[in-house]
Amino acid sequence: MTFLQRYPKAAKVAKANFIVAFIALAIGGLFGFLQALHRTNVFRGFINSGQYYTVLTGHGVLLAIIFTTFFIAGLFVWGVTRSLEREPENLTFTWTWFWLMVVGLTMAAIAILGGLVPGSSIRAAVLYTFYPPLQAHPLFYIGLALVIIGSWMAGADWFRSYLKWRKNHPSERIPLLTFMALFTMLMWYVCTIGVALEVVVLLIPWSLGWVTDIEPLLPRTLFWYFGHAVVYFWLLPAYYVWYAILPKFSGGRLFSDSMTRIVFIIFLILSTPVGFHHQYADAGISLGFKFYAMATTLLLLLPSLMTMFTVIAGMEHGARQRGGKGYLAWIGKLPWDNPPFVGCALAGIMFAAGGFSGMINASMNINIMIHNTLWVPGHFHLTVGTAVALTFMAVSYWLIPQLTGKKLKHKTMALVQPYAWFLGMTLMSNAMHRAGLAGIPRRTAEPEYTGFDFHAVFGSIGEMKWQIAIGGTILTISLVMFLWVIVATWWKGERSEQPVDESIPTPLSGKEHTPAVLDNIKLWLGLAILLVILAYTFPLWDMVKDGLFSPGIGPRPS
Amino acid sequence: MHIHKYERFWIYLSFVVIAFFIASVVYGFVALDLKVVGDNETVDPQNLQDTPFNKPGVRRVENPDPAKYEVYVEALQFAFVPGTSTPITVPANTPITFHVTSADVLHGFEVVGTNLNTMAIPGQVATFTTVFPEPTTYGIVCNEYCGPAHHVMEGKLTVVPKSEFNENYLVQ
Repeated sequence: MTFLQRYPKAAKVAKANFIVAFIALAIGGLFGFLQALHRTNVFRGFINSGQYYTVLTGHGVLLAIIFTTFFIAGLFVWGVTRSLEREPENLTFTWTWFWLMVVGLTMAAIAILGGLVPGSSIRAAVLYTFYPPLQAHPLFYIGLALVIIGSWMAGADWFRSYLKWRKNHPSERIPLLTFMALFTMLMWYVCTIGVALEVVVLLIPWSLGWVTDIEPLLPRTLFWYFGHAVVYFWLLPAYYVWYAILPKFSGGRLFSDSMTRIVFIIFLILSTPVGFHHQYADAGISLGFKFYAMATTLLLLLPSLMTMFTVIAGMEHGARQRGGKGYLAWIGKLPWDNPPFVGCALAGIMFAAGGFSGMINASMNINIMIHNTLWVPGHFHLTVGTAVALTFMAVSYWLIPQLTGKKLKHKTMALVQPYAWFLGMTLMSNAMHRAGLAGIPRRTAEPEYTGFDFHAVFGSIGEMKWQIAIGGTILTISLVMFLWVIVATWWKGERSEQPVDESIPTPLSGKEHTPAVLDNIKLWLGLAILLVILAYTFPLWDMVKDGLFSPGIGPRPS
Repeated sequence: MHIHKYERFWIYLSFVVIAFFIASVVYGFVALDLKVVGDNETVDPQNLQDTPFNKPGVRRVENPDPAKYEVYVEALQFAFVPGTSTPITVPANTPITFHVTSADVLHGFEVVGTNLNTMAIPGQVATFTTVFPEPTTYGIVCNEYCGPAHHVMEGKLTVVPKSEFNENYLVQ
């Protein structure tokens, strides 16, 4: 029995989430293309410099919030249903959270796209971080709040399935695909409290005019309480694929069940108390708390390095099953002609590079060299823009056939697509990193100044611009290829009883070796909350003790 | 729990790497004086006229010997005061303490090609001290999005030889 035959209701929910995710990916990707051409002065005919910031807001929100959240929801619906062997408990509830998120995203999108209509009073050119006192239309904040509330309900849906399952299986270990989903959602609950408080308590009343003044540092701090953990909310589902599914694509098996669980537990515990590492350059936060954030951030290297080991070990096992030999020669035996494998493997390689620039970002006083320069988007286009996005695209080549019951079409295009993404991102990201070292700022429509020039540390400024423009173009072509394959499969794919091999082999070191304490949800959640309290109580108290909105300042139009 | 010996080794190695990174930051902090801004004073952003930012610019710190200077910089949409219409002028080889704040929205204050890089946040004063080794001119950019004309927000910082620095460069 295929997934679609056994769980038609869950398949429908997952498909609905994927459709929204891919529409957001298409529009957000197009916006990225416009930016790459505009910023580098290759072509500026599509948008003017004021509209650039609207397009940039759309790029960030549609890709980083909407594409990710909906894709993750679809992935977890699939994984939880499959591993617990249960359809969603109450479809009314399930569709309620889906439609709530759709309504929210529509409101936010209207507010953002209004900025492209000349003379429109509905605007939200506040970028993905929406720092006040720049003010967006209330629709923007209310819409984002609804998306987050919807995602909370989605998490509750999976916990409900888990609790129901637990009643019938009192002594069994939590299946890995459910364990990883639940721990990702626990982290999401811990971190979204910050942004929910920011938006609901501070920004919505302020954007509606109920209060005039806003204190900028407090909402910024609450945003970053959420804003780094959110990157793990994107990343952990990519790890989900790398741990649970990539070994299968390689022809092997997961290395260790217990290590997988430990990695997810560490992410739950350490993801949120690191937020101040986005505020190293902020006055108003004491050095001690910045140091604490740095130490926890660098400790987060541990689970990522452990993942590197496990993922590579799983791939090596697969390659050796396929006849691979030697210390490194086995790499050639990996299925480099299988689109889902190629996408995940290239995403992993790029993530290693992104991890290295991330270590620079984390290292407080070294970070100051690149703070708010183009280095930073160079970094996160490797992490969220490739490790996450390319993995999601790759696994779609395996999931969409399962959910639609149709065979993948255009396999050659699907195979070229991840290689093209890798090439485009290599060009764009290396140039962005180096441009950042030269001091070129991020989030700037036209980084050309009258009083001085930037001096490249490596290469030349002109060559970097061309690499960014060409790289961005190749990425756009790769994105079109992906969407083409998916739309063609969905629409015209050949129906099949078994469009893909859905089986997932058991780990080499299975759950019989996994200590029971790793499944103790309350213990790990408690520890995570404790570390958050240690990191944030004093700095937040310092900011709110003189009043939530003071020292305040009035709003400015975006 | 079963941990493979290679994996155990890899985890130990990871801890060593992490310790090395933390140590290198601490070394920079302590031995090289590479610091970041911390919790400094706050101001009422709607009443900057009642603060030292009422007259932004370069001042001589009273009575230290040898001389030290401080610079009050106000960032606003879409200029640095001073910096944009008149350059910030400071002497070389002299301790200079910057105090940066914003009068409206978030801005960035980045002296291009150096590690002087801070946020300008309404209500908060970013304070940091540096020494410019030789006479030259630097560009200043706003590196935090601050509104529709963010990309034109720039300034200049001129470092003159100590001997050429005089009262005319100070705020009156």
